Amino acid sequence: MRLSRRYRFAASHRLNTDALTAEENAALYGKCNNPFGHGHDYVVDVTVEGPVDASGQVVDRQALDWLVREHVLARLDHRNLNCDVPELRGQVATTENLASTVAAMLTVRWDLPARLARVRISETTRNTFELETELETK
Amino acid sequence: MLLTRKAEFSASHVCANPALTPVQNHALYGANANPNGHGHNFVLEVTIEGDPDPVTGMVFDLRELKEIINQEVVDPMDHRFLNYEVPPFDRVVPTTENIAIEIWNRLQGRLTASPARLKNVRLFETADLYVDYGGEA
Repeated sequence: MRLSRRYRFAASHRLNTDALTAEENAALYGKCNNPFGHGHDYVVDVTVEGPVDASGQVVDRQALDWLVREHVLARLDHRNLNCDVPELRGQVATTENLASTVAAMLTVRWDLPARLARVRISETTRNTFELETELETK
Repeated sequence: MLLTRKAEFSASHVCANPALTPVQNHALYGANANPNGHGHNFVLEVTIEGDPDPVTGMVFDLRELKEIINQEVVDPMDHRFLNYEVPPFDRVVPTTENIAIEIWNRLQGRLTASPARLKNVRLFETADLYVDYGGEA
C-alpha cells in the first residue's frame, strides 16, 4: 500500500550555471535566468510505502507531517533556493535538483517504519518532477 | 492498457480502536479520533488493466464499471456514517487504507468474469491525502 501526502512551500530561485557564459545562460534558461530571480508556489507530494499496520495505517500521518515540516518545509518555505539552502550550493536550482535534494533531506532524517517511495514536486501546475527513491530506509 | 473511472462519495467516520483509551486513540489518529465523527468528500479512482477487445475496442465497458462502482461503493457508502452503517467498519477502523482495501475486495469480487483485471484503487480522503492499493498483502 502507498500513501501520498501533499505539502506546499513558496520559494525563489534563479537558474544559472558558472560553467556557461552570461549569454549562454540567458539562451539556455530564458526568463528563469533573470539575475534578480523569481519565485514559485511549489507543491510537494511525498509517497510512503509499506504494509498496513495494526492501527490500519501505512504511516502515522502526524509523524510524517512533522518530519516533512521540520526537515523540508521549514528549510525551504519563503527562502531563496540559491542562497538559503546549503544542500543546493554548487548546483543549479532546477526543480530536478530540488527534488533530489528534498529526497535526500528526508532520507537522512527518516525514522518511520514505512519506506520513502517517491518525491514529486510541481514547480507550477504545468511542470512536475518525480523521483522514485530506491534507497531502503529503516 | 489502463482504464480509470472516478467516483465520489461523502461519508463520516471515526478512527479509533475501542480497545484503546481516548488518550491513546488521539495519540494514534489525531483529530480523526474525535468520538462524534467527522466527514470527507472521498474521491475514488478505479483502474482496470487489459487489452482492448478486438470487437468493441474497449478494455472494459465503462457503463458496467460505473454500475459496479455505484452498487458496491457509492450506494452503500455515500452519505453514511461508515462505523455505524457500513460493515466491516463496525469492527475494522475505517482509515483511508482500510476503506481502500474494502473497496478493492468488493470490486474484485465483481470483476472475476472479465479478462480485464483490477489494477489499482486510489482513494483520496482530501486533495492532500490519498492511498494507492493494488491488492498486495
